[in-house]
Amino acid sequence: MSTILEMRSIIKEFPGVKALDGVDLDVRRGEIHAICGENGAGKSTLMKVLSGVYPHGSYDGEIVYDGETATFGSINDSEKRGIVIIHQELALVPYLSAAENIFLGNEQRGRSGLIDWNKVNTEAAKLMARVGLDENPVTPVNQLGVGKQQLIEIAKALSKEVRLLILDEPTAALNDDDSEHLLDLLRHLKGQGITSIIISHKLNEIEEIADRTTIIRDGRTIETLDMSEAGSTQDRIIRGMVGRDLEHRFPERSTVVGDEVLRVEDWTVYHPTQIGRKIVDGASFNVRAGEVVGIAGLMGAGRTELAMSIFGRSYGRSISGRLYKDGKEIQARTVAEAIEHHIAYATEDRKVYGLNLIDDIRQNISSAGLGKLAPRGWVNDNEEIRVAEEYRANLNIKAPDVMSVVGQLSGGNQQKVVLSKWLYTDPDVLILDEPTRGIDVGAKFEIYTIINKMVAAGKAVVVISSELPELLGTCDRIYTLAFGRITGELPVADATQERLMELMTLERDQPLPTKENAS
Amino acid sequence: MNAIASARDMLTRNLRQSGILVAFVVIVAIFALLNPMFLSPTNLTNIVLQYTYILILAIGMVMIIVAGQIDLSVGSVVALTGAVSAVVVIKQGLPWWMGVLAALVVGLLVGAWQGFWVAYVGIPGFIVTLAGMLLFRGLTYVVLDNISLSPFGTPYSDIANGFLNGLLGGYGVDVFTLVIFAIGVVGYAVAQWRGRQSKIAYHQSVETMPLFVAKLVVVAAVVMWFAYQLGSYRGLPVVLIILAVLTIAYTLVTQKSVFGRHVYAVGGNRHAAELSGVKVRKVNFWIFVNMGFLAAIAGVVYSSRMNAAQPAAGNMFELDAIAACFIGGASTSGGVGRVGGAIIGGLIMAVISNGMQLMGVSTSVQPIVKGLVLLLAVAFDIYNRRRAAALR
Repeated sequence: MSTILEMRSIIKEFPGVKALDGVDLDVRRGEIHAICGENGAGKSTLMKVLSGVYPHGSYDGEIVYDGETATFGSINDSEKRGIVIIHQELALVPYLSAAENIFLGNEQRGRSGLIDWNKVNTEAAKLMARVGLDENPVTPVNQLGVGKQQLIEIAKALSKEVRLLILDEPTAALNDDDSEHLLDLLRHLKGQGITSIIISHKLNEIEEIADRTTIIRDGRTIETLDMSEAGSTQDRIIRGMVGRDLEHRFPERSTVVGDEVLRVEDWTVYHPTQIGRKIVDGASFNVRAGEVVGIAGLMGAGRTELAMSIFGRSYGRSISGRLYKDGKEIQARTVAEAIEHHIAYATEDRKVYGLNLIDDIRQNISSAGLGKLAPRGWVNDNEEIRVAEEYRANLNIKAPDVMSVVGQLSGGNQQKVVLSKWLYTDPDVLILDEPTRGIDVGAKFEIYTIINKMVAAGKAVVVISSELPELLGTCDRIYTLAFGRITGELPVADATQERLMELMTLERDQPLPTKENAS
Repeated sequence: MNAIASARDMLTRNLRQSGILVAFVVIVAIFALLNPMFLSPTNLTNIVLQYTYILILAIGMVMIIVAGQIDLSVGSVVALTGAVSAVVVIKQGLPWWMGVLAALVVGLLVGAWQGFWVAYVGIPGFIVTLAGMLLFRGLTYVVLDNISLSPFGTPYSDIANGFLNGLLGGYGVDVFTLVIFAIGVVGYAVAQWRGRQSKIAYHQSVETMPLFVAKLVVVAAVVMWFAYQLGSYRGLPVVLIILAVLTIAYTLVTQKSVFGRHVYAVGGNRHAAELSGVKVRKVNFWIFVNMGFLAAIAGVVYSSRMNAAQPAAGNMFELDAIAACFIGGASTSGGVGRVGGAIIGGLIMAVISNGMQLMGVSTSVQPIVKGLVLLLAVAFDIYNRRRAAALR
């Protein structure tokens, strides 16, 4: 197999930071090449160098593409040569149709110079068939799920006669079925001679699909593994990524369970706009001091809705049920009231619901507990900086100082800012919604360590996650949620992925298994 | 860190602010060179008297813009509040302070009205205040019966035209004015010193002592020179006191108070603010009430300055106020902007208008220049932001 792309000792410096420090990468024609590395290792920077976002001349080193030295001045230059990058955050226009999105910037003109819509829609249909998407090309993309939108991005890439397809975390937001479909598609495209570079944190996927894997750490290439060899295991990749052995992916913890801190009884929530649609249906659960309780559920089971409705009724309408904090019934009608009762909720979507991305670390950390810094309504900004510095040190937030803008941080560090923000409100109960979504193995370990510290300090933690190994690795007890109902409660010792999955897929009208039924 | 590096660090850290300050100084210098009259006591006093109401509006507007909204109605509210005041004082013959009070009440009601639609009904501020612009202009016509009311007479007209002087005598220059400014300078120095000390107590880096002193000396020199110029003409304008009090109060509210922080949080990310316990609706409601209040003050100042209430008063004021905010570094997408920036932005507009008038530039050219200044200021801001992002 010949080499389609070779990047030699690429160095990219930003003032004060060497993002890439001599990365080598060679990609063979027609392979699926995975790139692994922790957040901040330089993967995205490398892809930006390759695609011309950072133009030739702004970095050192050489790129040889298709036997020629490449000097891309912009992303258009690289696209002309058949290099297409699909970012984690999809670049689709929500109100335009699938066909319009596919040919955006590449409109199919008829003889008159105006757009030939028949041609656009027929061509789009063909491309959509190639990616296995059975939808009408005139459907607006916001009516399609994330998985299908991802396929439209790929169809768009195909319309540009892609030869090297770069996917940045393509499955991060997808459920298992959609992920599987996407991976199949990549294999299929490989059969058609399209080379892919895939950046992913999901190591099982990489193991499944990649021909070779290049591991990057701290801006350097560590090694390139041939995935067909027996030694190329997930553990090997992790070792390369973090530079140390991760004996266990989850830190050890000894559990000392105390009194009940939060009890939710018969919690029912209706959809905010669709009248009569129950999102959470009579859910009851509790969590005790020093305990990590998991809530397992598939997408759409009502996990986030359950958590948000408890947290100051931030979701839904006609909410009924009772909340008990330390044995006493409480009301938490607003977020402020919930915070007063020392309940905290760290959202699954930190960019949209968790952080003020244009603001600095300091003010993000203080934003929920500002009252503590302002006893008389005036903020003590020196104390604020001290507090922020303290959290930056304790949670190991990697940033030059607390005046750094949060939007510039990596996902793992952003998540640590979100956690800092809630820790500063001094919560007794911390509800963490997908606490490790989109962050790398090393940062995940740190987040788990933080969770352990919290329960060791006597706090109660609720972890909502769709990654079952994560729940099994961190929790003491796990509730399963399906169609808004709590369908089971298992001590972690009795829980297996299969058992949980069985309970998580219980249909709406199936009776609850009596043994595990939450009291 | 040596003094130069420290100074450079301070400037780059606050590029958004310092860039605009540098631009202001340059513009003032250019006009001063082109026309020696520009920095004369008479003209400086004129600038203060002529543009204060725009600056007062800009203070409220910057909070609205930081929260991610906009208010197009302030010009009409200036007219309406002035008109109400005129009816109370001129038609009803009530004392001047009744007129001021009535104007403020109307301003607060207007603000509450607009705040209600924005915060509790969820209509974008752009639409609500576009409607308000028409609505309150129409109400002004109704209140005034389509005619101008004048004159207010003293002491009402002294609010915008009066001076405090002679209280401590003077020898060619008003001592009272100098004393008031000196007190201000000392207050500023003390506040800066205390801020520096408390930073040191928290082990934060501070500018070096020579730089700190140099900064104070420059500020003191500029302020006292300005005081001397005012003092050698007619003394301390009353509106300058109003403006100074408002500027200090609102700088504190926006930078130091919990409410101010919440305004920035809502503008930066409304959802995140909501889930952090910020009462987004209340914030939106109160910034509009506040805008109404400040528009009423501007209405009083303007009607006092004109010594009349006219149906067409305050036309286009909203645009000057909005321009002042954006020139002063506010972001069109919310979350960014400062009262100090808006004041300097407003002063840039004021200085340019005044300088051009002084030089006899034709009235048709003036709006062209102002338009270009607005465009360049925002372009400069965007360029800076890109550079800051690239530095990362």
